[in-house]
Amino acid sequence: MSAAEPKSPRTSEAGHWGKDVRSDMHVAFEARDSGGVEISLESRVAPYYGDAILEQARQVLDELDIKHARLTIHDEGALPFVIAARIEAAVRRAGMALGKKSLPAQHTPPAPSQRDRLRRSRLYLPGSEPKYYINAALHSPDAVILDLEDSVHRDEKDVARLLVRNTLRAVDFGSCERMVRINQLPLGLEDLAEIVGESPDLILIPKVEDPQQVAEVDRMIGEMKSRHGMIRSIWIMPILESALGIENAFAVAASSENVVALTIGLEDYTADLGMAKTPQGRESAYARARVVNAARAAGIQAIDSVFSDVADMEALRHWGEASRAMGFEGMGCIHPGQVRVVHEAFAPSAAEIEKAQKIVAAFEDAQQKGLAVVSLGSKMIDPPVVQRALKLVDRAKAMGVIQ
Amino acid sequence: MSERVELAHNAVGRRVPTMVNGRPQIPFLGVGKYQPRGRKAAPPIRSSKDYPDSGDKRLPDLETALRKCGLRDGMVISNHHHLRDGDRVALMALEAAAKIGVKDLLWFPSASFPSQKGAIELMEKKVIHHIEGSMNGPLGDYCTQGKMRGMGVLRSHGGRWQAIQDGEVHIDIAVIAAPTADFFGNADGSHGKSACGSLGFALADSTYADHVIVVTDNLVPFPCVPWQIQGNNVDYVVEVESIGDPSKIVSGTTQITRSPDRLRIAEFVARFLRESGIMKNGFSFQAGAGGIALAFVQYLKQMMKEDGVKARFVRGGSTKVLVELLQEGLTDYILDGQTFDLDGVRSMANDPRHVATSPFTSYNYHGKGNFASLVDAVVLGATEVDTNFNANVVTHSDGRLLHGIGGWQNCLFSGCSILAVPSFRDRIPVIVDEVTTLTGPAEMIDVIVTERGIAINPRRTDLLDAVKGSKLPIRPIQDIKTEVEKICGGRPARPKLGDRPCAVVKWVDGTVLDTVWQVA
Repeated sequence: MSAAEPKSPRTSEAGHWGKDVRSDMHVAFEARDSGGVEISLESRVAPYYGDAILEQARQVLDELDIKHARLTIHDEGALPFVIAARIEAAVRRAGMALGKKSLPAQHTPPAPSQRDRLRRSRLYLPGSEPKYYINAALHSPDAVILDLEDSVHRDEKDVARLLVRNTLRAVDFGSCERMVRINQLPLGLEDLAEIVGESPDLILIPKVEDPQQVAEVDRMIGEMKSRHGMIRSIWIMPILESALGIENAFAVAASSENVVALTIGLEDYTADLGMAKTPQGRESAYARARVVNAARAAGIQAIDSVFSDVADMEALRHWGEASRAMGFEGMGCIHPGQVRVVHEAFAPSAAEIEKAQKIVAAFEDAQQKGLAVVSLGSKMIDPPVVQRALKLVDRAKAMGVIQ
Repeated sequence: MSERVELAHNAVGRRVPTMVNGRPQIPFLGVGKYQPRGRKAAPPIRSSKDYPDSGDKRLPDLETALRKCGLRDGMVISNHHHLRDGDRVALMALEAAAKIGVKDLLWFPSASFPSQKGAIELMEKKVIHHIEGSMNGPLGDYCTQGKMRGMGVLRSHGGRWQAIQDGEVHIDIAVIAAPTADFFGNADGSHGKSACGSLGFALADSTYADHVIVVTDNLVPFPCVPWQIQGNNVDYVVEVESIGDPSKIVSGTTQITRSPDRLRIAEFVARFLRESGIMKNGFSFQAGAGGIALAFVQYLKQMMKEDGVKARFVRGGSTKVLVELLQEGLTDYILDGQTFDLDGVRSMANDPRHVATSPFTSYNYHGKGNFASLVDAVVLGATEVDTNFNANVVTHSDGRLLHGIGGWQNCLFSGCSILAVPSFRDRIPVIVDEVTTLTGPAEMIDVIVTERGIAINPRRTDLLDAVKGSKLPIRPIQDIKTEVEKICGGRPARPKLGDRPCAVVKWVDGTVLDTVWQVA
């Protein structure tokens, strides 16, 4: 006498809930073989969006081709793009919905980013914390960077990837460049497979030591782009985070025409040296100078690391000013409050601008008169000085420092 | 609350009861439209011959004092809320009343706090009939679930004084928690282990109640100097071990928000004052103790320094940040209604330029003017604002009571009333088509500042002109609303409210502005 063994329920979960969680949700999924879709919802916004959440949940399951399941949702005010990501993650963790996805409504994608655009600040947004995304652009960083690497626990990479994908698609980041830091290879390739279709502007590759790593990413991006029929550029910014990486700085910087900037990760670099990271940064002076030189040699931007004390704005300002003086064009921000200070630190001074404007005026005057030599007062101005002045005035305009 | 409630539409189209707790009501007629007449209520005549020549009015305990005041069923007992969530005296008094065995009291606090949730049990036991005063947390839920026998009445600080003067609420026994007092009943709030600063909220109670009991945990020999409460109004003095938990009376440190979005709102508010020209020498402003308000003062302070501008006075709730303005010479005075932190308490105790005020000086509708309309700008919060600039501060958008009115309505009389609010909270938009509970009429609200932009009430063409050409993100309110609804995935559904009134919101003149409905 043997009854048919009932199939064991396939259960999984994704997301977060609890008193201190905001703008997120937790989804428990149980695959079933019959009985249709059953959803239970607890939400702090139930009186306003309870019906909308249930409707969206059904729609997501439908798009993922799930006909029979039980969903248990604890919602803490998640926005629609988060809801979709959490449900999809839970379903995928049950080993289902292969080859399917459920994308949120698309926000009009911004214009493609320019190779040499301003990159004074990039604001880090942890790939598992949706509450920071919606208002990130209000603080006007030059870029936001959705992080899949260090800020995401290794067991949460699959979930974060879907959230970042949906964020790229649905969230309005205004005029910010939309960057993603993928994981180290080979995991980073899985990240790319998920996100490239949603047109990130730039990919940061962590812990690069070898131009081959960049080439691999570049190839993968190219393949994904042609699969999606995309033409817009997706730039690359390698992060050097080891002594070996620093030694290979130029080769990495020059490894692809899509590499537009080179940066350094000081936490890992100083750890690799076995040194403590100090606010003065003397221990990394060589590495940072090397990054600047390699980037310049390859004709790309040199971008500095982050400053990790979010309470000390004066120290941040000093770091930023010193960094600009070394030749860096920007740095990372780990808190929106740092953005303004960083922009001020990387802006040319009033005196520099005034001098540059005089040189540019003299240059334009010479052009008009058909003179080959530019002179200001009794001094002749060398062509590289003119070039630097033109660039400085352009940058100051882009920064909004001058009209 | 079994009787049928008759409802009428008031001047702003809200349905309000015509009778509340057996008293006929006047529906809101419009701001400044209601003309009160007659004479103010007054306490009974007392004679000094009936009080001890020694001045010693002490009794051994509160129960004895309540008995001697003639406590009986149905009386009105009042308390003040200067000890905030740390208060022990209100429950002590109500529990003593329960012990005496009386029923159906009307509890009339100037505000209630979560730590007083013991009042629910006393309502269940029928000791308390109902509460007239702000209710939030567990008491608010009890009220909006329709469990209270009478109707809640929410009044502003000024409106409470008006209700007492109109005789709408006649206080039988006022029980006043006093951080310092002498045996005669002179009392002060700014000294003692339970110091709370001002005692202004208890002033009306002390002058209009039939009987007044002062309860203190710091009895000093006569005279208690300074005295904020005059012993000449006091019947009895009771000494107790503790009137409250000092850690909950005032906070040790002032918390300024660290949320970048809220800081952005605060900075917008400060820039608005600067760029509209309101921030000028001799100006005045009022800001509460909320995170955004405190941060706003920090930004404004910097701008005042940069522009060499000094205020004539600022209005508290005082906190460390206001005290610093005073100490750094950026304001001549703090006119303080209540004191939120230790720095505020110390400053009031030691600095003659830090002056305790009361709802009479600041907000009273039956005064010959009040300070509120002399303030150039005020920064307040709100739970909801509609596209016409009506605002709600008492209920959550699901209809549950969340806050009292406090001085909020009264402050709207300032030259420029600013609501500083995030554009959405937990996916719930703050700008809505129609507020759940009307607490402030649109004509009184001038500017809404959110992290996504600043909306100016179109009625204030002067303010619109003043900031024309500035870099401030001035936007139509509808524009911000549309953006936020897009982010939130559409307009929120309107929560279903019941059709039974469980509380009313009074306007500052005593007319009924709106109804709080039982939550379905």
